[in-house]
Amino acid sequence: MTTAAHHPEADSKISVEHWLRMYRQMVSIRLFEEQVNELYTRALMPGLAHLYAGEEAVAVGICEALRPDDYITSTHRGHGHCLAKGASPDRMFAELLGKEAGYCRGKGGSMHIADPATGNLGANAIVAGSVGIATGAAFSAKRLGTNQVAVCFFGEGALGQGVLYEVMNLAQLWKLPVIYVCENNLYTEYTHYSETTAGDIVARGAAFGLHAESVDGQDVRVVHDTATRLVERARQGQGPAFLCCNTYRYSGHHVGDINREYYRSKQEEQRWKSERDPIKLLGDWLSQQKFADSVLFDSIHSQVKSEMEKAVKFAIAAPYPSPEEVEQDVYA
Amino acid sequence: MPEAAHRELTFAQAVREALAEEMRRDSRVCIFGEDVAEAGTPFKVLSGLVEEFGTERVVDTPISEAGFTGLAVGAAMTGLRPVVDIMFGDFITLTMDQMANQAAKVHYMSGGKWKVPMVMRTTLGATRRSAAQHSQSLHAWFSHVPGLKVVLPSTPYDAKGLLKTAIRDENPVVFFEDKMMHHKLKGPVPSEEYTIPFGVADVKRAGSDITLVATSSMVQVALGAAALLEAAGISAEVIDPRTTWPLDEASLIESARKTSRVIVMDEGYGRYGVTAEIAAVIAEGAFYDLDAPVKRMGAMHVPIPFSPPLEDATVPTEQSVFEAAQALCGRS
Ligand SMILES: Cc1ncc(C[n+]2csc(CCOP(=O)(O)OP(=O)(O)O)c2C)c(N)n1
Repeated sequence: MTTAAHHPEADSKISVEHWLRMYRQMVSIRLFEEQVNELYTRALMPGLAHLYAGEEAVAVGICEALRPDDYITSTHRGHGHCLAKGASPDRMFAELLGKEAGYCRGKGGSMHIADPATGNLGANAIVAGSVGIATGAAFSAKRLGTNQVAVCFFGEGALGQGVLYEVMNLAQLWKLPVIYVCENNLYTEYTHYSETTAGDIVARGAAFGLHAESVDGQDVRVVHDTATRLVERARQGQGPAFLCCNTYRYSGHHVGDINREYYRSKQEEQRWKSERDPIKLLGDWLSQQKFADSVLFDSIHSQVKSEMEKAVKFAIAAPYPSPEEVEQDVYA
Repeated sequence: MPEAAHRELTFAQAVREALAEEMRRDSRVCIFGEDVAEAGTPFKVLSGLVEEFGTERVVDTPISEAGFTGLAVGAAMTGLRPVVDIMFGDFITLTMDQMANQAAKVHYMSGGKWKVPMVMRTTLGATRRSAAQHSQSLHAWFSHVPGLKVVLPSTPYDAKGLLKTAIRDENPVVFFEDKMMHHKLKGPVPSEEYTIPFGVADVKRAGSDITLVATSSMVQVALGAAALLEAAGISAEVIDPRTTWPLDEASLIESARKTSRVIVMDEGYGRYGVTAEIAAVIAEGAFYDLDAPVKRMGAMHVPIPFSPPLEDATVPTEQSVFEAAQALCGRS
């Protein structure tokens, strides 16, 4: 099975459905994160919460170019990747609250959701911690002839870790079907990437001979078209790629990062939200093309909202694992 | 504790004051780490230092733990006295070659010609709902390596005095701070200059029936348990080695011989860990004076789970230590 490229011009009927699906998925991520913010500020969620709001077009545009059995690896800011790859919000919320019904039986939490059923090898709380895993999954796919592709999501902060360069070298030497997706949301924790990143980001992939590109990560159509091409290449044995998606996180590094004017201005945040919002950009385009209107958008928003509210209720009501579970699953 | 102790500082303030004093005293002292400058670290331990010492000496790094630790080794060999900040103790894994193969061995391998006067500050401790990659207490790893010294302060007073000693030491020193103590634990710290020598245990509470050897985060737990034991008519001595290497074997053995019963508590893993080493030292040195086998208490041998009821089960508590001590004294 191969995934066809989804150009809106190609077949507007299928495409419209596809774009609306992506619209809905982006709304799902946005509203999921709103609930997380709420849970966290009401002190119902333990630990830290790193929100993906603002970056939805990256996860959705890329995961929609993947087969269900393609692999992804994710990061501490991973809720969006997880949802876009097909995880269900109720079990995600349950995981975020440490409940037994969660994807990892409560053992992983927000930063470690993994779900073999959707090809999710796991979110990782070590910056660049999953680059080896994604590359290994691509190696298996090639060796086992499964035709699967692996996508490795990481923030631009991971560019600081040497292991990334080791695996990109391996991937290109061995023509592995892996796509390294750098989500450049401009800031690591509290530092602008320009203060920690020398030279050109895309050139880092190109240096090893990877096919390397950079795209507007707020425009899901561009992200998706590009991803479709890169996935296709990888699937056909043409080797790995490096894709830098330029994007922005709307909130603080984590929910508690409230006073952040010392590292970025409110005006900057406002500008991204009003001018570069991925949901609004797709919505505007769909309206201009007369593919959809505000009535439809409103109904999507309210459907998703009630789905999220139901999922949160499920998670809150779900029981914790029993303390004996602490020693289960240390070894397979 | 000297009489002049009339000021109270938090653990974080004590650490910051030690750094500030040493940086004023010695212009070779500088700090490297992620978000150490303007952000003052995510734990806000270093807030204010960049304002006084500037970005030349309080240096924000990319997320490159191996790189900047290695750089610190080289800088230490060639005239500076770097203090590197590894945000979470879990990330020491990324620095292991630089510390264990480089920093630890340079002096010996060069026949005593080169010196590596550097400090690594990092954290330990669970119960912050940070899950398996942000909750470990890995100080045993470094304690295992000849050439490194390892410091585990348990009070603001000790933190300040030991950190000043660490910075003045001619060897690589790893300094572990319990992240739960940073802002929660307050204690007396005199404003007069003082340092605390390595390899000198401190009796945190004198007693005669049982010895609780406790490190870092476990000291407060031991003191809480000692209060419960007192109410039950058992007099517990709490002794804190303060450094795992050098280790004040004589004081630990002396306390064990006096009380004849010992529990060793440390938040790292027990297997092949700090408690194992200290228990062996006591068994060897106080064998003929012991009335019971030395008992060890530490983190359960599992990755630290996210779910609160599971995580809470992984670390010793006042109650579990109290019960173990009662049993050891034949009173359950
Ligand atoms: C190896 C390692 N070092 C430091 C951290 C602490 N940390 C967590 S997130 C983060 C910033 C990551 O920035 P980036 O990769 O750009 O991702 P973003 O948070 O912007 O999505 C840091 C430094 C970590 N988790 N792992």
